[in-house]
Amino acid sequence: MAYIGNTDDDRSIMLKAMGLEQMDDLFGDIPGDKRYPGLDLPSARSELELLRETDELGRRNGSNGAVKSFVGAGAYDHFIPSVVPFLSGRGEYATAYTPYQAEASQGTVQTIFEYQSMMADLLGMDVVNASHYDGATAVAEAAIMAVRCTRDRDSVVLSGTLHPEYLEVAATYLRPQGIAMNIVGRPAGSGESGPDLETLEQQIDESTACVIVQNPDFLGRLHDLRGFAERVHARGALLVLHVDPIATALLSSPGAMGADIVTGEGQSLGIPLSFGGPYLGLFAARKKLVRKMPGRLAGQTVDAEGNRGFVLTLNTREQHIRREKATSNICTNQGLMALRAAIYLASMGPEGLKEVANLSYQKAHYAAALLDKLDGCSVNLGDETTFFKEFVLHVPIAAETLVTRCRAMGVVPGLPLSRYYPGRPQELLVAVTETSSRADIEELASVVLEVIQSAKSEVKA
Amino acid sequence: MSTNQSAANHRFGDTIPPLLYEISRSGRRAVRLPESDVPSTRLPAELLRDDHDELRLPEVSEQDVVRHFTRLSHANMAIDTTFYPLGSCTMKYNPKVNEAVASHSGFASHHPLATTDDSQGSLAVMYRLQHMLAEIAGFSQVSLQPAAGAQGELTGILMIRAYHESRGDTRRRKILVPDSAHGTNPATVTMAGYEAVEIPSDAEGNVDLGALREACGDDVAGLMITNPNTAGLFERNIEAVVDAVHGCGGLVYGDGANFNAILGIVRPGDLGIDVMHFNLHKTFSTPHGGGGPGAGPVGANETLADFLPGPIVGMSQPSPDASDDGSDDSRYEFVSPAQSIGRLRSFHGNFGMLLRAYAYILLHGADGLRAISENAVINANYLRHLTRDVFPAKFDRTCMHEFVSVGSRYEGVSTMDIAKRLLDYGYHAPTVYFPLIVKDALMVEPTESENRETLELFAEALALVAREAGNDPDLLHEAPLTTPRRRLDEVAAVRNLVLRYEPV
Repeated sequence: MAYIGNTDDDRSIMLKAMGLEQMDDLFGDIPGDKRYPGLDLPSARSELELLRETDELGRRNGSNGAVKSFVGAGAYDHFIPSVVPFLSGRGEYATAYTPYQAEASQGTVQTIFEYQSMMADLLGMDVVNASHYDGATAVAEAAIMAVRCTRDRDSVVLSGTLHPEYLEVAATYLRPQGIAMNIVGRPAGSGESGPDLETLEQQIDESTACVIVQNPDFLGRLHDLRGFAERVHARGALLVLHVDPIATALLSSPGAMGADIVTGEGQSLGIPLSFGGPYLGLFAARKKLVRKMPGRLAGQTVDAEGNRGFVLTLNTREQHIRREKATSNICTNQGLMALRAAIYLASMGPEGLKEVANLSYQKAHYAAALLDKLDGCSVNLGDETTFFKEFVLHVPIAAETLVTRCRAMGVVPGLPLSRYYPGRPQELLVAVTETSSRADIEELASVVLEVIQSAKSEVKA
Repeated sequence: MSTNQSAANHRFGDTIPPLLYEISRSGRRAVRLPESDVPSTRLPAELLRDDHDELRLPEVSEQDVVRHFTRLSHANMAIDTTFYPLGSCTMKYNPKVNEAVASHSGFASHHPLATTDDSQGSLAVMYRLQHMLAEIAGFSQVSLQPAAGAQGELTGILMIRAYHESRGDTRRRKILVPDSAHGTNPATVTMAGYEAVEIPSDAEGNVDLGALREACGDDVAGLMITNPNTAGLFERNIEAVVDAVHGCGGLVYGDGANFNAILGIVRPGDLGIDVMHFNLHKTFSTPHGGGGPGAGPVGANETLADFLPGPIVGMSQPSPDASDDGSDDSRYEFVSPAQSIGRLRSFHGNFGMLLRAYAYILLHGADGLRAISENAVINANYLRHLTRDVFPAKFDRTCMHEFVSVGSRYEGVSTMDIAKRLLDYGYHAPTVYFPLIVKDALMVEPTESENRETLELFAEALALVAREAGNDPDLLHEAPLTTPRRRLDEVAAVRNLVLRYEPV
């Protein structure tokens, strides 16, 4: 076996040195009647056979170049510069572990520190960790942290336009801890747009630890958050903002908007879609809250000769020290994903990141303009005036039917909102990024038009 | 430090570069993006950043980025460069074919919300992996959703809680946790809204059966047990332990952190464990990545299978001729377990990690998996044997995949000093000060991918360090001497918190 170091001779020598006769002598503590169960598994493959089989499985997915997809809803097809996989694939990063021995792990710890620095600048926040699995778990941990930060407050107000899966994850995390969730204005019915900020503010009472708002929200719309944090603070609650890191390149930073805790999904920052993971939960807070924060933090220090170096710090918040009193059970630092995001941000720089954001905005608006003109279609923004890279399109036929028929023509025009809101059967969530060309967008519009027209003629017939 | 100074000071072998911010120059670019090819739409000025909120990021060339992260990588020890016997972490070789499989565009570019029809390749991988993991550990069903071991633990305890609640049994508030457990166990208990009750270990490193039986009662929801435990020992009384907990109406959670020792040797499900997580980054060779991403699938027996987090993958149209070579025309789809505790993360888990683990299991087959554990165990015992004079194991009995010694047996030299000195010999240090049941622990896990010569060389290094500890303790206090940075001051890091770059 290629991945086992010893030969038969090695094993004989080792057994003999230990005064043992056979391998089974090592397993005497294991109940005899349960030992060596004999596993019913597929036969061992060679590398060549494995690659042939997995290539066939990969091709079975309809994600190769032949299909153009406009599905987003929390995971986006942004461009990944070649340096990102090239550098992050280095074994020195990929096959190291949590930097418990900092002197032998400066590559990992300095990278986390640089990630923290860049992300703090992007979000306009003081402190960033690199520990969370994805946007959903970051939101859940932010809610728990907010409860820890506000004395005697044990409920949270969540905008109904948070990603529906994030609301589900929050429920899984918060329910057992006795934290009440007040989900306000879930846009479950046709054309509904979710709560405005004033409605959210009015839901805050003496038990509210925080208000959690997603911007752009799940339906893609942008909210004018100016002054909102002050109003939330006046009622004694914290503001948690969940943001799209790409949009944040152009939009007022969450820090400038007065957020106390910021979360986000970092997948857009150089991480492949990969059917949903691994991703990166963005998590940032104001410095005064740092001791209530979950997750690993890299801090600057000096070595015995006075040279700058980096270590994991404030460990007394964490499970390996505090055990049942820890701020979270989290043990991961999502190192390899944070590395990808760090390489991405450094490669893009401030201007490149703004261009990605602007291109996504421009292309999404062009797509919306074309689709809005189609017979029976309309872009629905609700009370808000604009969106970022994703929007809701009302269509004249069942959205699922539309998707199936467009797919047969090589385009997936968006996600039927009925996936999350059964009461919205004729709406599509359409996402457009810088990776779509004008021709792709025009093809999207012409395919949707063709499918709608043929559906109409079927009805007439 | 200016760019010029840092360039002038840079010597071959001096690997640590300045921060990217410190070499940034306004106007420098790495990536060029296409010009917009669509009509322009006005951005809403009132929502945009203003002058007080300007976006600051490093401005560097692509070559700067490549040199920065390449040089920085040289400052890491890693499995690919160094023997890395970090106990409890299973730092085994990560096959490179895993990376080739995971980067296949059919998988890497596949959107999590693509239609079921378009996702049959990924769903087939998940369905088969669920079955393989269930078979390997002796469970009836597996959910691949948990994103890491700690999240798998939370999943398991929430399932136990949901089980009791489904029976109207709400007076159970306690989860028993042995004092040898990882910190994630008690932290998980708190997150699940339960109270952790610590159970002592006996003189042989096992759970103290008498104390356990005394703690069992109708207020106990369950037990979390790591087996082999964190001292690297198989719980000799595991069946009695499970019986005691089941006897009082509790359920048993198995922490799969040390599963690498028992693949094909014994199945936790056969021992009566009700629910368990797998650490794919330990046992099934997905890269540790400097701390993550992991993946923590959870397996459950029939009692708890309905409570697994969803969705999981089911087969809606079994193929009549599904064969061993994996070429079948079955149809797969997501389904939700009947009484699911709900969702633990967005989408379907860390699919990229699942795919690597699937590849790893296929590369091994049943005999190959058993060989992994046999070699992990013989390597640990051989190393324990080789170091018996200089760092004898705390528990004098056959170990499983790792063993624990006391690092502070030389006057005036701490476990940490020993660890730092080992770095100078070109080895990553073992785990230190864990498990807590052994004072000043030094925990060594060689894994199956190392060969006999590596173990012998490492044992020799430990003997040399032990001799230095006796002759020249100050040398060890000074260590490490040869790493890119000398010993780093952790206290200063806390006292003067600097958690991000600030321009001077």
